[in-house]
Amino acid sequence: MTDLSLAKPPRSEKSAAATLLSMLWRDKLAFVSAIVLLLIILCAMLGPSLLGELASHQNLRGRNSPPFDLAKGWAFVLGGDSLGRPMLARLIVAARSTMLVAAGAVAFALFVGATLGLVAGYLGKNTSQVIMRLADVIMSFPSLLLAVVVLYVLGPSIPNMILVLAITRIPIYLRTTRAEVLEVRERMFVQAAIVMGASHWRIIARHVLPVVTPTLVTIATLDFAFVMLAESSLSFLGIGIQPPDITWGLMVSQGRPYLSNAWWLALWPGVCIVITTLALNLLSNWMRIALDPAQRWRLEARSTSDE
Amino acid sequence: MSNALLEVHNLSVDFHTARGTVHAVRHVSWSVNRGETLAILGESGSGKSVSANAVMNILDRPPAQIVSGEIFYDGQDLLKVSYETHRALNGKKIAMIFQDPLSHLNPVYTVGWQIVEMMTAHGRPADAARARALELIARVGIPDPEAALHKYPHQFSGGQRQRLMIAMALMLKPDILIADEPTTALDVTIQAEVLALLKELQAETGMGLVLITHDLGVVAEIADRVVVMSKGEIVEAGTPRGVYHNAQHPYTRQLIGAAPGKGEIRVLDSAEPVLLETRKLCKTYGKFTALHDVSLTLHRGQSLAVVGESGSGKSTLARAILRLEKADSGEALWKGRDLIAMKPGELLGVRREIQMVFQDPTQSLNPRMSVYQLISEGWDIHRLMPDRAARQAKVAALLEQVGLAPEHAQRYPHQFSGGQRQRIAIARALALEPELIICDEAVSALDVSIQAQVIALLDDLRKRLGISFLFIAHDLGVVRDFADTVIVMKSGEIVERGPTGDIFAAPQHPYTQRLLAANLDPDPDIQAQRRSAGMGP
Repeated sequence: MTDLSLAKPPRSEKSAAATLLSMLWRDKLAFVSAIVLLLIILCAMLGPSLLGELASHQNLRGRNSPPFDLAKGWAFVLGGDSLGRPMLARLIVAARSTMLVAAGAVAFALFVGATLGLVAGYLGKNTSQVIMRLADVIMSFPSLLLAVVVLYVLGPSIPNMILVLAITRIPIYLRTTRAEVLEVRERMFVQAAIVMGASHWRIIARHVLPVVTPTLVTIATLDFAFVMLAESSLSFLGIGIQPPDITWGLMVSQGRPYLSNAWWLALWPGVCIVITTLALNLLSNWMRIALDPAQRWRLEARSTSDE
Repeated sequence: MSNALLEVHNLSVDFHTARGTVHAVRHVSWSVNRGETLAILGESGSGKSVSANAVMNILDRPPAQIVSGEIFYDGQDLLKVSYETHRALNGKKIAMIFQDPLSHLNPVYTVGWQIVEMMTAHGRPADAARARALELIARVGIPDPEAALHKYPHQFSGGQRQRLMIAMALMLKPDILIADEPTTALDVTIQAEVLALLKELQAETGMGLVLITHDLGVVAEIADRVVVMSKGEIVEAGTPRGVYHNAQHPYTRQLIGAAPGKGEIRVLDSAEPVLLETRKLCKTYGKFTALHDVSLTLHRGQSLAVVGESGSGKSTLARAILRLEKADSGEALWKGRDLIAMKPGELLGVRREIQMVFQDPTQSLNPRMSVYQLISEGWDIHRLMPDRAARQAKVAALLEQVGLAPEHAQRYPHQFSGGQRQRIAIARALALEPELIICDEAVSALDVSIQAQVIALLDDLRKRLGISFLFIAHDLGVVRDFADTVIVMKSGEIVERGPTGDIFAAPQHPYTQRLLAANLDPDPDIQAQRRSAGMGP
């Protein structure tokens, strides 16, 4: 089987971006996911300035108006909420805060958790002990209580939300990173790098981190949904996002009392969360394969047979 | 149809993989009778295990597909019988043992439980099974059988685990025992013991033995008949003696030619200055002594072999010299400066001068780096060769030097075979123009013919570039071909040292003598002579 791959003609000289794009095209699910995510990001960037007015305009006649009814205009195609505001416009506007909080919290937690995990896994026992016990403290402290205290003291705002949600998620990244680093640093190629004289920084950046990254990215995409829902429970308690600002999570919790007579209030934002998470997950799955030289042929195999 | 006990007739197996169909074996036929030993000889990827796996019905289908052929056991075609019938035969009439007993014993059950299960699974009463297990464990030479039944697999050594596997396989007195590389993971002295045990047990029970191996020495020692496989086909069949002396197929001739231990023995030119000297190196792990007062000298251009079995401390020695492991006491002088006491800044310079080639290139090359990145990493670390064009030219030159093509630079390690990977590892070591290369079992994981190529490559580099080698190995044949001086280690201590010729001709220490005696010669005649000599007074 190794012979086969060696017999393959060398890849044509294409830029890295073009190769990545063509690999994305090979995986149709990942390609669709990428487009969906791009759309969501576009909504998040342009939505509030274009539809902000429409989304907050109350129309008490359209209270809980059912979806798929175009009589009240296109904005009401997904129905109206309990104050008669169009669901579609609100979903699009809500994308910004939702994405900001979720992406911010996940990125922050990932960065801090991975850094501490690398340090804990790579350095000696004592440093590791201090960091790990710190993580245990965070994990054993009820996260909701922490959130209530912090947000009560600092006041509810998007940066504070990001901070609180990130802190509660840090231990997950920290523990995973540390466990993987402990294993990877014993691998032969790390030893080979030490023998060549590689610095600690180089070993971490070139040899350890690339092996750990796919796992972390996968966890991060799954965490995205968790953070969106955690944010909604904070909003439910009144210490999260404050109306008229709106997020998908908040929409889910606001729609919950109406589930029996107006299911669309909670369903559409829920669907949005599911779609976003699913798209992220599929894309991260594709990325794991595309970034692994030993797996990459799965995305390239068809390209050679096409030609 | 002949009346052999087990006969594989015209068997062809395909593997359907994502990259197309691979013909794993094509039109393979062999047979084995009661009391007879058949060896299936081949290198990795030759398909030597596939037909045995088909006999045991443990091929994963798909991806495997049996395209043609029959397997007759006792007159019935095993490929046509039902799954249940086959299961009843497996273990009871045809048993199998594997290369790595640790991964084939379940770590969470006691050994006794697993051996007894072998019989209870075939419907025998538990107390009879226990009695038989005790008897067999004693028979295969495990001390204190009663206590052994209650121990877990990790509490035994590798050789003992293989004995336990044999005991387990023999529980139901099978007619056929298939042994897939049973001694490959074992030290030579243990290998000799296990082979002797297999032969004794065969004489007692009269079972047929199918031995799958890559080692000509094992064939010479134990087989009555041998079939040689290459690329899924049987290229040669006959008695070991006939095949060894009158090989017809070019592949067989190449295989026999590649067997180490036949070259001229090299003599050291000691006029060169001393490059590396260790003085009384010591290292302990808890109560275990890995190194005890190890002192050695290595001259420029010398190739010094360190020989010993697993656990003798030979790898720890290399790791201590390279500071991968901190020695407890002692000195390692590199051109007169102590490596052990060296400060990090100073050490960086020395790191360029000493390189290492590891045992398993699959693990020692970062799978996420291209060959170009792997080879040029040393230059990044030591801030050498800033010019990109010069680097590319040098990488291409290095690849050619180790027998690969310049266009391989953009590929990744997994796209190469084991031997090619080891060449990449050697090219990486050469990139920094070292004065000493430490090879830790650098060729043990490779097939014989590739092993010979790599040894020839290293030898060429030594001659042309004057590089010194510290060569750690357990295979005495390879050592004999490559080293000019040999150090024999046992339990962390050096028990014997001297020029290669002296060590091989007249070993002084009893351990060295044992090691040499256990080393199997690929020539069946020499092996037979040794056996008869061993049986004498």
